[in-house]
Amino acid sequence: MRFGVVVFPGSNCDADCYHVVDKVLNQPVQYLWHGDEELKNIDCVILPGGFSYGDYLRTGAIARFSPIMDKVIEFGKKGGLILGICNGFQILTEMGLLPGALIRNPSLRFQCHNTYLRVERTDTAFTGMYSPKQVVQVPIAHGEGSYVTDRDTLERLEKDGLVVFRYCSAGGEITPEANPNGSLNNIAGIINEKGNILGMMPHPERCSEEVLGGIDGLNIFKSLLKWWEEGGVR
Amino acid sequence: MKEALWREMGLSDQEYERIIEILGREPNEVELSMFSVMWSEHCSYKNSKAVLRNFPTKGPRVIQGPGENAGVIDIGDGQAVVFKIESHNHPSAIEPYQGAATGVGGIIRDIFTMGARPVAILDSLRFGSLKSKKSRYLFGGVVAGIAGYGNCIGIPTVGGEVYFHPSYEDNCLVNAMCIGLMDIKDIAKGVAAGPGNPVMVVGARTGRDGIHGATFASEELNESSEERRPAVQVGDPFMEKLLLEACLELIKTGYVIGMQDMGAAGLTSSSCEMASRADTGIEMDLARVPRRETGMTPYEIMLSESQERMLVVAKKGREQEVMDIFARWGLEAVVVGQVTDDGYMTIKEGDQVVAHLPAKALTEMCPVYMREAKEPGYLVQAQEYDLSTLPELEDYSQVLLTLLGTGTVASKEWVFRQYDYMVGLNTVLGPGSDAAVLRVKGTNKGIAATTDCNSRYVYLDPYRGGQIAIAEAARNLVCSGALPLAVTDCLNFGNPEKPEVFWQFKEAVAGISDACRELETPVTGGNVSFYNETKGEAIYPTPVVGMVGLVEDISRVTTMSFKNDGDIIILLGQTKDELGGSLYLSIIHGLEAGRPPEINLQQEKLVQKTTLDLIREGLVTAAHDCSEGGLAVALAECSIEGGIGAEVILTDSLRASSLLFGESQSRIIITTPKDRVDTVLNRLNQVKVPYKVLGNVGGPELNITGSGWKVRLEVEAMEEKYRGAIPCIMNA
Repeated sequence: MRFGVVVFPGSNCDADCYHVVDKVLNQPVQYLWHGDEELKNIDCVILPGGFSYGDYLRTGAIARFSPIMDKVIEFGKKGGLILGICNGFQILTEMGLLPGALIRNPSLRFQCHNTYLRVERTDTAFTGMYSPKQVVQVPIAHGEGSYVTDRDTLERLEKDGLVVFRYCSAGGEITPEANPNGSLNNIAGIINEKGNILGMMPHPERCSEEVLGGIDGLNIFKSLLKWWEEGGVR
Repeated sequence: MKEALWREMGLSDQEYERIIEILGREPNEVELSMFSVMWSEHCSYKNSKAVLRNFPTKGPRVIQGPGENAGVIDIGDGQAVVFKIESHNHPSAIEPYQGAATGVGGIIRDIFTMGARPVAILDSLRFGSLKSKKSRYLFGGVVAGIAGYGNCIGIPTVGGEVYFHPSYEDNCLVNAMCIGLMDIKDIAKGVAAGPGNPVMVVGARTGRDGIHGATFASEELNESSEERRPAVQVGDPFMEKLLLEACLELIKTGYVIGMQDMGAAGLTSSSCEMASRADTGIEMDLARVPRRETGMTPYEIMLSESQERMLVVAKKGREQEVMDIFARWGLEAVVVGQVTDDGYMTIKEGDQVVAHLPAKALTEMCPVYMREAKEPGYLVQAQEYDLSTLPELEDYSQVLLTLLGTGTVASKEWVFRQYDYMVGLNTVLGPGSDAAVLRVKGTNKGIAATTDCNSRYVYLDPYRGGQIAIAEAARNLVCSGALPLAVTDCLNFGNPEKPEVFWQFKEAVAGISDACRELETPVTGGNVSFYNETKGEAIYPTPVVGMVGLVEDISRVTTMSFKNDGDIIILLGQTKDELGGSLYLSIIHGLEAGRPPEINLQQEKLVQKTTLDLIREGLVTAAHDCSEGGLAVALAECSIEGGIGAEVILTDSLRASSLLFGESQSRIIITTPKDRVDTVLNRLNQVKVPYKVLGNVGGPELNITGSGWKVRLEVEAMEEKYRGAIPCIMNA
């Protein structure tokens, strides 16, 4: 399975995603330069974390205009797999590939720490290796990760089961205390209706090796691979 | 020359005369300003150089010692660690966010200019009491500034320290350390070699910010310091990220002869230092320097401290390749001049020469002072304070809770949760540990790092305080499972022209030097920050030690947290009746007196070596050094981090306060599984390390029992105090 990691000039988790795909998942992976106008031969695009163009204006606001992103949109519309992590999630919402927006944490501070997530869907290309309602530990690292959207969209997300990860307690309860950034309905990650584009604020690549303290995030990458090897059909 | 213009620029009359002597004429204003920044303490180390020669700087692993942009240490397999610490105290005291942010930006450039990829940042911070509104403002701003810069550029902030003490009320300390990793073959240096080679300005454009920042850093803060706000630079971490990637890409091509960050004193220092190191000269045309403002004078261009710029000397004929790499990253790279063989800095604007002086006049020919040193008057009285008559208290449980809730001991989660400490996928042990540990990808190795300094000790006995700073840093590394390798230091002191301050400085450096010799950790560079005073009062002398170590087997990394019910707790080292300079004395009795604890460096070395051996053999489940707050605080931290209590019995006949809170040196707490205790004790007996079996891990409480007294606290209650203290104040 061929992965491509998009590199914006201010991406800083690009090498981390590359490392996990290359060294842990053992799959071919290449960087996709933001200025390129070709997507090459890729089966899954990863939009990594970071500060794409400095993000002084608004997170992801400029990234959506870079040449490679036209191709990413095209790829996504054709059903290609896209995983947006942190800044990648922010960019996906800016591009309109996922609904809603990520706004400043109510603490007004950057927050970096572990969070518990409840896996709400296990029938997606990204989560097949998890068990239903499994509680996993995945870190966040963002200043603008509060998921918001209008009421109708939120209802639709819930009704259609598009929420894939929710911040929860260690026991799996969805509580305000377990919500690190005031996200509506404790939303940590969502998927589009077609099921090929997932955006999440927590960083699965940061917990994919035992030496770093946990491997709860690795199953996202493994799920993608399994889904692909099984023919990529849900 | 206009009457006393040199004085306004911070030069003495004698120094001005020396300049005339060197040049054989009066300098013009541009030349004078170049002298003023290069001969400032910040750039020249004129007041410290003579003393710094005491440092041991050589060792089998040292590839690059002091004198370059950063130190370089061999870690085997063709790889090296590059590291350095630097202060940004004055800017941070005036504009905390930008001051701290650009401090981080500056030290990162020092690392990648050597050809290394920066992999971690540590920060050693000191503020006044948290009770003061100003201190809280500075504290909050500095932490946000470090976060703002480090998080964006994507280098994890993995450790450091935060202290609170009234002596830092107006003059906070912000010392940033950066660590990089590289293949030894890629090493780059700050040399302008090869006459005819092009000199290029790369990165951000030059503006009017930060002019005379280096001079500002070399004087005391006072009421009018606020007016110096324009001397504080503004950071752009995104720009630095581009510069970092472009420079590392460039170094790989082999087209770089030399490279240097434009930090303090900007274009002036980078150009003359590079020429000076290579025994060459540089001819530059300032009209070619890209700038972001119109109408800038040669004086302003030479002194600008605009951030995120580098000076590159490239191979002749490769200019276009250099430009192409920078263009790919959206950056400018402009040829502004060339290397010459006449040893002169020839600065032009178009056809007109605006400055012409020997490069070495600005660097090596700067006067070196051996300032007068005098033991301060406070010292004898403070040291001789009779501590034997101190009243023993009723409730030591309450004392322990109080200490856990003081800013200096309390958990710094509020701070480090604002830092991205995980980006890069190397952080094995992050902030809050005795030392940070990073794995080295593709190997089984790890790099450990820490910063340390107990300035109360240094205040009460600078020599011993300096020794302890080194010993404690090494001990922290050892507790994490690392072999201490080398040191970078950031020497923060008051005004060196005051004999008492200079005495503190001299003594502290002597202490550091002796400890480095004994523990075999050479000094590879660092930074001196003088003039840390407000309203005539010096800060506590604060020689911060940054130390790096090597973990041979990353799977053997050890943490302080108690792990398993039933593990046996052993204290290595000896506890003496030593309350002098302790946190307990300061917080509970309001006394900063007595002599700091004794230190025997041979004993220290033995305790460290033994601990490291036991860790490497897999016999240790937790390790933690005893520092501020003594044994009781150390045990509490092990319990809190592990979420499990302990039963401890102290049988010594010492008074309870000394047993619990005394800060005797060379002590390490370890735990070991029950079935390995005999092996461990046999070893300790064999190598003759004094030890005490304290008790065992388990239960929801920390119970420490002595003869006639008892400390009994629920782990949960301690944790609440420990983790709650700083958020409670800062989020209010």
